[in-house]
Amino acid sequence: MSDAPKKPSDEEKDAAAAAKGGSGPVGTPDPGTPQTTSEAALEAGAQNAPANAVGQVGPGGRPELDVVDVRSGMFGVADAGDTSGYGGLVRTIAMPGPSERPYGGWFDEVVDVLAEVLGEGGTAWDDAIEKVVVDRGELTLHVAREHVVPVCQALRDDQDLRFELGLGVSGVHYPGDAGRELHAVYHLTSVTHGRSLRLEVSVPETDPHIPSSTSVYPGHDWHERETWDFFGIVFDGHPGLARIEMPDDWPGHPQRKDYPLGGVPVEYKGASIPPPDERRAYN
Amino acid sequence: MATSQTPHASPHIVDEATEGVPTFEASGGDWSDIAEEAARLGEERIVVNMGPQHPSTHGVLRLMLEIDGETVTEARTGIGYLHTGIEKNMEYRTWSQGPTFCTRMDYLAPLFQETAFCLGVEKLLGITDDVPERATVIRVLMMELNRASSHLVALGTGGNELGATTIMTQAFTGREEILRIFELITGLRMNHAYVRPGGVAQDIPPGALEAIRDALPKVRDYTGQLGDLMLANPIYKGRTVGVGHLSLAGCMALGITGPVLRSTGLPYDVRKAQPYCGYETYDFDVPTSTDADSFSRTVLRLEEIYQSLRIVEQCVDRLQQMGPGPVMVADKKIAWPAQLAIGSDGMGNSLDHIKQIMGTSMEALIHHFKLVTEGFRVPAGQVWQNVEAPRGELGVHLVSDGGTRPYRAHFRDPSFNNLQAVSLMCEGGQVADVVVAVAALDPVLGGVDR
Repeated sequence: MSDAPKKPSDEEKDAAAAAKGGSGPVGTPDPGTPQTTSEAALEAGAQNAPANAVGQVGPGGRPELDVVDVRSGMFGVADAGDTSGYGGLVRTIAMPGPSERPYGGWFDEVVDVLAEVLGEGGTAWDDAIEKVVVDRGELTLHVAREHVVPVCQALRDDQDLRFELGLGVSGVHYPGDAGRELHAVYHLTSVTHGRSLRLEVSVPETDPHIPSSTSVYPGHDWHERETWDFFGIVFDGHPGLARIEMPDDWPGHPQRKDYPLGGVPVEYKGASIPPPDERRAYN
Repeated sequence: MATSQTPHASPHIVDEATEGVPTFEASGGDWSDIAEEAARLGEERIVVNMGPQHPSTHGVLRLMLEIDGETVTEARTGIGYLHTGIEKNMEYRTWSQGPTFCTRMDYLAPLFQETAFCLGVEKLLGITDDVPERATVIRVLMMELNRASSHLVALGTGGNELGATTIMTQAFTGREEILRIFELITGLRMNHAYVRPGGVAQDIPPGALEAIRDALPKVRDYTGQLGDLMLANPIYKGRTVGVGHLSLAGCMALGITGPVLRSTGLPYDVRKAQPYCGYETYDFDVPTSTDADSFSRTVLRLEEIYQSLRIVEQCVDRLQQMGPGPVMVADKKIAWPAQLAIGSDGMGNSLDHIKQIMGTSMEALIHHFKLVTEGFRVPAGQVWQNVEAPRGELGVHLVSDGGTRPYRAHFRDPSFNNLQAVSLMCEGGQVADVVVAVAALDPVLGGVDR
C-alpha cells in the first residue's frame, strides 16, 4: 500500500476541494450530482460563509466530493444565546471523493481483475461497485450492498486477487449523509500478494440490511455481531446475529452518533467539570 | 440446545430449543446432588457455565460447555463483561488524548495499541515520513520489550492454570525486569500513553540504555528457565501436545493471526508482510511450527521472546549511535510546545516554558492553550493501520471528519477475533483441555471487550 500516490487534502471540505483540484484522482465536474446535502450547503454557504470559500465549491468547476455532513456554528452552541460569533458558520464535511485512473501501484490490476471476475459471474462492474476511492495510499471499493457477498467471494477465491484474510467489519455512522447513514467497512488482506484493501457498504438507517459475509469469511461472525450491536446494521444470513458486547436486552446501538456518551459532572478543586460529551466541541 | 451444532457463534444459550429440557444450576450447590439428579432424570448431557469469574479464563471470559461425561460436545463463548466503551469515549477526546484511552484496551500490550493508533493518525495527517527516526526506534524498542513481557504473562498464566506455579512466578519475575524499564522510560508500568501522534511523549531518560542492557540478560535467563521448566517437562507436554489443534485452513477461515497461525506453519507476521516503523531494517526471524497445537504455541512464544530481545538489542545500539535528537515532529501545530518534566509539585511542567509563555509571549500562551484544549485538526478521510501485536494482527480503523477528535476509532483486536476459535479447538476434547486451549490462544479480555 506504500507505493500509491499520496493525495493531499485539507482540514475543511472547502479547502479540500481546492487541494484536490490539482492532484489528479478526482471525479468529473458534475453540478447535477444528486447530493442534496451539498446543495443545501451551497445555499447556506452563499449566505453565511466567506466569499472565497463559496467560490471554491461553486457549481460548474466543482470537483465531486463525498459530502457526509453539513454543520453550522462552532463550539457546540446551538441556541439563540450564542455569543461566540460563529453562529452563522456553515461547514460541509466531505470524505475523499472517487478517484480516476490510474489509481497507482497494484490498485489498477486488482480493480481490472475484480471487474473481469465479476463479469464472468454475470455482475456488471457499475452495478456492484459504486465508486473507487484511493486516498492516503489505500484502496477503498464502495460496494452496493446486494453485491457484497459476490465481491467478497471473488476477492477471496480468484488466484490473482486472493484476499484470503478477512480482518473484520467496522461501522461508521454518518447521520448527515441522507440515505447512506450507516457504513459497514470491511478490511481484507491478501497474505499471498501482500496487499490490503477496504470495502465500504452504505445503507440507510431506515433499511439497515446488508447480506452477511460470514459465508465467505467465517471469521467475520463476531465482527458483524459487534457492528449490529454498536450500529444496528442487520447482517442478513448471519448464523446468529445476537448482541456481543452489550447485554442482550440493551436498548439502542451505542456507537451511533445520536446515542449519548453519558457521564456525570465531576467536582475538582471546587470547580465542576461537565461530562465529556457536554464539553466544548470544536468540530 | 442439542439441535444447534453449527460451528458459528450462535444466539444466547437460552433459546426456545432448551424449553422442556431439564437444567441444572451448578452455582454453589453440591455437585453430588446435581449428578444424582441428572442420573435420576436419565439426562447425560450437562451444560457447564465456566466463568465469567473463573481464574483460568484469563479474565472475564465466559465459556458455556456442553459436556457428555468428560467430553466437551459443544463450546460457546460469551464476552462483553469488560466492555467499557473505549472506542466511543475516544470520539469525545482529542487526537492527542487518544493514546490515553486505547492503551487501556489490551492491558498486557498497551504500547501496540498506542503505536497503531499514532501511526494511523500520522497517516491521516500525512506526516508519516516526518516522524523523527529516534522516535521510531524508541517505539520499536518499547513494542518489542512489550511483546516479551506479554508473552511472559501468556506463558506464566498458562502454566499457572495447569497447576505449575513455578512457571508463573518465574515468568512474572522476568516480566518485572521489563516493567522496571517501562517505569523508567514512561513513568508507568502499564497504561503508558507514551507514544503520541507525531512521536513519543518524551525522550528516554539518562541511563535508560544501560538499564536495558543490564536487564536483557536477566530476561533472557528467566526465559531460559521457563524453557527448562516447560519444553521437556513430561507433565507439561502431556497436557499440551496435540491439544487445542487448529489447522491452517481453520486459522485462515476464522482470521486467526499471531502465534496460533504461525503454529500451523504460515510465517505471516505484519512486521515482515507490511513493515511499519522500519521493521524491514531489523534483523529478526519469524519462528513457525507445523504441529498446530498448544505445545507448539508455547515453543513459538518462547522463541519470539528471544527474537524480540534481538530487536531490542539492535534498537539500543541504534539509539546509542544516534545520540540525542528530537522525538516529536517539528511541526508546532501538532507537537506540544514544551518538553514536559516532572515539577516539584508532581505535575508535568516545564518551568522555562511557563516563564516564557506567562512572561514574554502572549502568542505562545494562546498557541499552547489552543493546542492543549482544542487539539489539532486532522484532514477528513479514513485509514487502516495494522501492527503485529503479541496476540496477532492488531488493526486500527480511524475516520476523521476534519475535526480535532476522531470521528470513529475502531480497533480490530486480535484476541477478539481469535476467541472465535474456542469452539473449534475444544469441541470433542476433554473438559480439562479447554483451559489449555484457551491459554494457548492467550486472550486478553480488556482488548476483546474494549
